Amino acid sequence: MPDTALQEPWQTAERQHVAMQFGMWCFLATETLFFGGLLLFYAVARYTHTAGFTAGAHEAEVTFGTVNTVVLLTSSLTMAIAERAVREALTPLARAMLAATLVLGLAFLVIKGFEYHSDIEKHLVPGPGFKLTETGASQFWAFYWTATGVHACHMMIGLGVVARMLLIPKADLPSRWTAAEGSALYWHLVDVVWVVLYALIYLVGR
Amino acid sequence: MTREQRAHVILAPIKVWAGLLVLLGLTFGYAYLPHGPFKAEASIAIAVAKALLIAFFFMQLREAAWLVRLAALAGVVWASFLYLIAFADYLTR
Repeated sequence: MPDTALQEPWQTAERQHVAMQFGMWCFLATETLFFGGLLLFYAVARYTHTAGFTAGAHEAEVTFGTVNTVVLLTSSLTMAIAERAVREALTPLARAMLAATLVLGLAFLVIKGFEYHSDIEKHLVPGPGFKLTETGASQFWAFYWTATGVHACHMMIGLGVVARMLLIPKADLPSRWTAAEGSALYWHLVDVVWVVLYALIYLVGR
Repeated sequence: MTREQRAHVILAPIKVWAGLLVLLGLTFGYAYLPHGPFKAEASIAIAVAKALLIAFFFMQLREAAWLVRLAALAGVVWASFLYLIAFADYLTR
C-alpha cells in the first residue's frame, strides 16, 4: 500500500478509507432511490397497459443497446484495473486504464447519439407525430427518453471524474488511492444502472 | 509487476468481466428464444445477477466493512418500501 494523501479531518489512512466508502455508498443509496422512482413508473405503466407497453418496447433498437452494454461492462473492467493499479503504485498501467475508461465512456455516448438519431427519425418521441397508437406505448418511450437521458448525464459526470483522476500528477497518483476508489465506485454504479435499464428497455419486447 | 500483483490487479477483474459477458450472452439469447417461459422475469433475474457481480467484486463490497455494506443496503431497503406500498395499492384494486 503506498503512502496516503490525507484530507481534513482524517488522521489515518484507514479512517479516511472507511469514511470515503461510507460516504460514497450513502450517496449511491440516494441514487438507488432516484432511479427506483423511475423504475416504479416503469412497473406501474407495464402492469397497467402490458400489451401497448410491450409493443412500444419492441421498437427499441437492441443492437445499439447490446453493443453499448459490452462497451460499458468493458469500461468497468478498465476502471477496476485502474483502481487496483493505483493502489499497487503501478502508475503507467493505472493511467493507461483510466484513459481507456475515458475512451470507452465517450464511445458509449457516441453510440447512444446514433441511437437517439435513429429513434427520432422513426418518430419515437412521445407527442405530436408519435409513431405508435397503442395505449401504453408512449409511456414506454417516455420512460426510455427520461431514463437513458438521465443515465447519459451520469455518464458525463463520470467522464469528468475520470478526467480529474488523469489530471493528478503522475508522482502523486499512488497516494490518491482513496480518491481512485471513490471514482471507481461512481463509475461502477453508472454501469449497474445501465445493466438494469438494458433488461427493461431492450429485452422485454423481444 | 509481480505475479501476485498481476493476479490481483489484472486477472481477477478479467474473470469478473468474462462472467458478466457470459451473463449478457445468456440474457440476450433467452430473450430471442421462441416461446421461452418467464422471459421478463429471466431477464430481470440475470440483470440482478450482473449487478451483484459488479457490486461485490468491482465495487468490492465483498471485502468492505459491515458499516459500508449497511450503507449499500440502505438504498435497496428504502426502495423496497416504495415498491411495497405502491403495489399494495395497485395489485389490490
